[in-house]
Amino acid sequence: MNADIDFHTLAIICGLACVTVLTRCFFFLSSKSWSLPAWMLRGLQYAPIAALSAVVLPEIVMAQGHLITTWMDARVFGAVAGALLYFWRRDVLLTIVVGMAVYLPLHLGLGW
Amino acid sequence: MFLQRANRVHAEFRVGAAEMWPQAPGMAAWGLMTGVAMAKSGMGMLEALFMALTVFAGSSQLAATPLLVAGAPAWVVLATAFCVNLRFVVFSLHLRAYLAHLPWLERISHGYLTTDMTYVLFTRRFQHPATDAAGRRAQEAYLAGSNSVTWVSWMLPSIVGVVLANFIPTAWGLGFAGILCLLGIQCSLATTRLRLLSAAVAAIAAVVAYALPFKLNIVVAIAVAVLICLGAEKLRPAPVGTAA
Repeated sequence: MNADIDFHTLAIICGLACVTVLTRCFFFLSSKSWSLPAWMLRGLQYAPIAALSAVVLPEIVMAQGHLITTWMDARVFGAVAGALLYFWRRDVLLTIVVGMAVYLPLHLGLGW
Repeated sequence: MFLQRANRVHAEFRVGAAEMWPQAPGMAAWGLMTGVAMAKSGMGMLEALFMALTVFAGSSQLAATPLLVAGAPAWVVLATAFCVNLRFVVFSLHLRAYLAHLPWLERISHGYLTTDMTYVLFTRRFQHPATDAAGRRAQEAYLAGSNSVTWVSWMLPSIVGVVLANFIPTAWGLGFAGILCLLGIQCSLATTRLRLLSAAVAAIAAVVAYALPFKLNIVVAIAVAVLICLGAEKLRPAPVGTAA
């Protein structure tokens, strides 16, 4: 944590707020009627899960820029437990709670 | 604006709020976790607070945070957030018919505040856009009521999370909650086989291309996954009507 404000970061955060407005208002930013090509609209539905997967997976199976070679990693166990629980109960909150309940003892207790 | 008196005194404002309240504990817990995860990522407290107050989109905040901390270039951070937020583009296509009659600033402020949860509840209550002035007013009032509850029950815990997290050691690894949250959302999106394929391709591509500078592996992974899925559609036609 640093105390001084980083203006470059603040500028990117303003950009992120604009991305929120842009995506949530995409088709009514202008009152003119218009539409995207059909293939692009179909492609849209695959992008969000791809983006999440691309951010999440390396955070679980990589350490210091390399694929982990040990199975003794608390993140793997936490993530697997969380995902299984999601498909059982369909609840994101429960996914977080159970994932952390598996992750924290392994991470803090065993140092994995 | 969204808190216009005409909206606040309308009976539908209270209906919108009442239908959103049961979701509040879930949103509050998620907001708290997002606040904690942002603050534990190594971002400064002021940046994290600023982000919570302005960006107002949990999944894009969580996805952008590790990229910001890693010093990725602005366009990679913004492109990633845009892709994570693409579901809203699809929602906006649907909401257009409900909001198009409003002046620009009111349209935009409603749009900015309409999250996944409001979208789902709003389109459940109003399955067709109103055709007269009274109906439109009722829909706008409902949306304002729903969004007010969402904003409060998300924003306050988010701020509490950012502030409290700064008193918790990083070594505890509480930031992992943010990854689990994204994982949960990811699972909730895995509703078709092609989307599962998209997740699998993106995961492998992101790991294989990890050595690319500026976190470009994420952009590459999204592009590869979308192209492969569009190609796979040709082999086996996807079910129609999945755009919403």
